[in-house]
Amino acid sequence: MIRTLRRIASIGIVSEPPPATDDTLRVREALQQQVLSLLGRALCIRQVDAGSCNGCELEIHALNNPVYNIEGLGIRFVASPRHADMLLVTGPVSAHMATALRRTYDATPDPKLVVAVGDCGCSGGIFGESYASLGPVSRVIPVDVAVPGCPPSPERLLQGILTAVSARRPGSAG
Amino acid sequence: MPLSRWWPQVTALPGSPAAVALEVDAEGWLAAARDVAGAGGQLLALWTNSRVAAGAPATARAALLVDGRLLVLALHIPAPAGRYPGLEEIFPAAARMQRGAADLTGVQSDGPDGRPWLRHAAWPADAHPLGGGLPVVAKPSVAVDNYPFVRVEGEGVHEIPVGPVHAGIIEPGHFRFSIVGEKVLRLEQRLGYVHKGIERRFTELPILEGHRLAARVCGDSAVAFSWAYCQAVEGMSGTVPPARASYLRALCLELERLQNHLGDLGALGNDAGFAFGLAQFGRLKEQLLRSMQGAIGQRYLLDAIVPGGTAFDLRPPDATALGVTVERIGKDVLELRRIYDEHAGVRDRFVGAGQVTPELARRLGLTGLAGRASGQAIDLRSDAPWSPYDELRPVKCVLQEGDVAARVAIRFDELQESCRLVGSILSGLPRGGVRVAVAPPATQALAIGLIEGWRGPVLVALESTASGGIQRCHPHDPSWQNWPVLEHAVIGNIVPDFPLINKSFNLSYSGHDL
Repeated sequence: MIRTLRRIASIGIVSEPPPATDDTLRVREALQQQVLSLLGRALCIRQVDAGSCNGCELEIHALNNPVYNIEGLGIRFVASPRHADMLLVTGPVSAHMATALRRTYDATPDPKLVVAVGDCGCSGGIFGESYASLGPVSRVIPVDVAVPGCPPSPERLLQGILTAVSARRPGSAG
Repeated sequence: MPLSRWWPQVTALPGSPAAVALEVDAEGWLAAARDVAGAGGQLLALWTNSRVAAGAPATARAALLVDGRLLVLALHIPAPAGRYPGLEEIFPAAARMQRGAADLTGVQSDGPDGRPWLRHAAWPADAHPLGGGLPVVAKPSVAVDNYPFVRVEGEGVHEIPVGPVHAGIIEPGHFRFSIVGEKVLRLEQRLGYVHKGIERRFTELPILEGHRLAARVCGDSAVAFSWAYCQAVEGMSGTVPPARASYLRALCLELERLQNHLGDLGALGNDAGFAFGLAQFGRLKEQLLRSMQGAIGQRYLLDAIVPGGTAFDLRPPDATALGVTVERIGKDVLELRRIYDEHAGVRDRFVGAGQVTPELARRLGLTGLAGRASGQAIDLRSDAPWSPYDELRPVKCVLQEGDVAARVAIRFDELQESCRLVGSILSGLPRGGVRVAVAPPATQALAIGLIEGWRGPVLVALESTASGGIQRCHPHDPSWQNWPVLEHAVIGNIVPDFPLINKSFNLSYSGHDL
């Protein structure tokens, strides 16, 4: 026990400040400003792997490490879509996951946000569209913010999530 | 019969130095498999090729690892559609491979389980993605099919269905538990949810670009798959990558092992209720990833290995910085291991959970890291070493207990060994270039890539066309062999221990579903 406590004390706090939002990641704007201020930053996310190679999941995991400390920002990954405000979806959407993804979306209460993750979630990536792959997440459910990358860095992911729950910055194009 | 009777008949295969080919008839197919099993060998992969034309034979292949050699059996199945003899009685892991192969190519074994495996409802039973005749693009409205799970009946037995969407940040799959009270009587897995047509996608790519797809078969094993793919391509075209590139590839492979072991050790602590572990290992893993970003330019090495060598070189100051980080992480992990070992609550959850005895592991063909935790002393890095592992001489880590605690301990042991290997790779890095040109093979050929990834042996079977394309590519993750063993490992355990036991294996869905 003393060893555990000593280690906690000696390392201290390693969390870094979050990145600024990035309006270029927006795909559509569905939420009213009023709703956004209601949500604030107390956000619950349900992650759905709709066909990914597991690369994006590794970086999504990193958001929970003490450096990115996503819980410190009031954002939590939850176990059920019924508890979620946002779906964080990796792709490409496999044909065998399309129904599960749509059902997960339907089970998420309104108002809800969807962030598509990774080159495959945004465009189908190297897998493209085929007999088994439907390609981008937006082919199956509406997407608000898309974060490309293979895999996107945790910083970029955090930027995408924060962009989805913040109002467009005044003066930004789009 | 002794295994030795087959060796005079084998022919060389390009790619992995361990691989040899053996053409057999249906009788020889079974006899050779039996002899390999009798000599303590394992089935590493089984795949089939559909007929290229009506009247042409179909082919079934099985890759068997025995005595440090990889024996690749080829059985030609004459037209019209005959079935080939299933290997499931000799190697139980063959059952799912045969079902998956039938879904994709229409080449069927005479095994008793005729249920589809990789195919759900995305394509009909009489169409085969690798046999032509399928629509090019799937419809977004794929129905949900009704898979015939095995029902367990009796007083007080009930079912818990879990998935495909899981409660954490995990890949999708379905688990059907039959339980009494809290105890698991039976677990039946259903996979195939992330099947995204990888093997057909390969056939659309030029052979010199397939390594990018190989790296994305299973994102946590990107180095193992892309290296195995490149080993096959280089074998076919007679290219030898520069010594420096071999060392850099081994560096990548060990860094990938470190990443995964650090992530798993944190997650396993967390699953045992010790969040301290997740935070501590998460911090160390982030340090490693940042150091890799600085030295190699990538946090995850999906684009590090290319045909002919590596896509990066290491500058001396970056190599030094990476070496310092890895050495420090190794020391920190020693301290964390003491904390895990002394924590009564963690030990209580780890010890005895999800046990696979060495005898069961041997019979079912448990492989890789999980196999070594159950007395299966096979690590290709020492048993069938390829360059530069023949010079690096890694120490093999083996335990007998076969429980969660043993799979945790193997990770701790291998993590230290990988830190040591990184140190010796960096200090002995040969000088020279990191990439040579590779000419695409100009004939049809088969080559095998074989690499010990962090999870176990990763195999890539690659067939070229005569014009620089890919005729067939079967990437094979060791999860194929280990998923069925997980069904046995949880029997008699309580349902709440399943996440912990599952994590201790940490098997791939994407690498399996293809």
